[in-house]
Amino acid sequence: MPDIALSRPVPVTTEPRPIRTLLIGLSVAFVALFLFAPLVTVFVEALAEGWRGMIAALSLPDARAAIRMTLTIAAIAVPLNAVFGIAAAWAITKFDFRAKAFLITLIDLPFSVSPVVAGLMLVLLFGANSTLGGWLIAHDMPIVFAFPGIVLATLFVTFPFVARELIPVMIEQGRAEEEAALTLGASGWRIFFTVTLPNIRWALLYGVLLCNARAMGEFGAVAIVSGKIRGETATMPTMVEMFYNEYLSVAAFTLAGVLAMLALLTLLLKSLLEWRHADLLAATRRH
Amino acid sequence: MRAGILRSPSPLPGFGLSFGIMMAVLSIVVLLPIGALLGRGLMIGPGDLWGMVNSRRIWAALSLSFRAALIASAFNLVFGLLLAWVLVRYRFWGRRIIDAAVDLPFALPTAVAGIALTALYAPNGTFGQALAPLGLKVAYTEVGIWVALVFIGLPFVVRTVQPVIEELEPELEEVSATLGARRAFTLRRVVLPTLAPALLTGFALALARSVGEYGSVIFIAGNIPGLTEIAPLLIVIRLEEYNYDAAAAIGIAMLVISFAMLLAINAIQTWSRRRIGLA
Repeated sequence: MPDIALSRPVPVTTEPRPIRTLLIGLSVAFVALFLFAPLVTVFVEALAEGWRGMIAALSLPDARAAIRMTLTIAAIAVPLNAVFGIAAAWAITKFDFRAKAFLITLIDLPFSVSPVVAGLMLVLLFGANSTLGGWLIAHDMPIVFAFPGIVLATLFVTFPFVARELIPVMIEQGRAEEEAALTLGASGWRIFFTVTLPNIRWALLYGVLLCNARAMGEFGAVAIVSGKIRGETATMPTMVEMFYNEYLSVAAFTLAGVLAMLALLTLLLKSLLEWRHADLLAATRRH
Repeated sequence: MRAGILRSPSPLPGFGLSFGIMMAVLSIVVLLPIGALLGRGLMIGPGDLWGMVNSRRIWAALSLSFRAALIASAFNLVFGLLLAWVLVRYRFWGRRIIDAAVDLPFALPTAVAGIALTALYAPNGTFGQALAPLGLKVAYTEVGIWVALVFIGLPFVVRTVQPVIEELEPELEEVSATLGARRAFTLRRVVLPTLAPALLTGFALALARSVGEYGSVIFIAGNIPGLTEIAPLLIVIRLEEYNYDAAAAIGIAMLVISFAMLLAINAIQTWSRRRIGLA
């Protein structure tokens, strides 16, 4: 046998195997301890008194009212946000005007404002002791501690979600297709529905998904603006807090479990979108 | 529709409508409320504003919010980089699940995360019991606030750094290796400098989010005034006392911090674009 000792090629763009194993182990342990453990805890605590306890918790009138409230808020805030996001992305990507960068910064602003500060702003603007708020209450249109305030707070915290997703995608796709449709005589709406919308639908869906998750889960801003009135303005996250503070642990964690299931559903849909339509989503995203 | 010095002409329709909707919603939802807060500050006056912020309890709360956010974001900087690297470069069983799980803090409501972490780390919780013999107390101490903020901030670092690692050209690492550099040297002198702007951006985003975080922190913090009371909670307490001026004063202080960080993030991004040669 000829003794040709061909050494195996040494990979130079990766780390040695033991180090790889160590790093993978560290990452998995980190995710298990910091992300999976809290998630599992929600369900374990919810099931502390078995299925009966959960069903009893879900049939509490306060819990039901909170679920209805959260779904209603999301059903109003998310479409409004989508309309705003599409309008903002159209104006910003299809036209050139002054101060565009400044406008994009303004759209991003709610991401860096504490939700509590957002709630505070709305109370200062529409609260009973402000001029505007006093006038609105006198005309029987209260905003703070009422439904419109919660919608406004939710809109504030979810404000950049859809626009943020759409703007990079629409910049990348350019204006040529829309301009071609225009020369063929299509109207503005026809261009939007037959040319632009099919191009951005997956990015739009992605933005709506993230927006919805935040809209259903917002706590700080909504807690301040809603006044947390049971059966009237309490949403699911604020109801979780109230149950928890009353030592109704099973009720709190059951409601939290419903929210966690919604979060898992969001993650599943998001991952499916990313695997199947990665090319049509924004290449780099921050949120 | 007007075309002029403010806007270059475009054949596409819909500028008036889309710009109008954008400005209307932006004004009602974002600008008017911010104006209300700043207006309140002007009415109070800078002297009184300073007087209201300048109390030991508020300084303690503001510095706690900032310090805890810094510590948690630094922690996330290290583990976020590790996770992003492992997820992009290595293939292992369960990678996709880990990748999807990184977004959990974005999807899970903060109040849910808050009560779950508290149940875990409380003295009678699973982790709390395991850590107690080591003399470590997490829930109802500042460490608990760090844990909550690590949870909240992690995806910001991972999701900012991940695309940049995907874009790295392996040729650069090969060149470095052919020139005789060992792997550790290549990582430190070739890979890390390329990732630095993304890392900084992710760090700043996590920091900005953590400073103002409320829902996940208040349950685990214990909320002892001067010790584990964060600035947003102090705003909530002042609002519950109907002391709107004091709440506005703390709110303005936090808004100033937010603006400063937003400017920092923009500066980092401009700097990194210039470094890559796009600007």
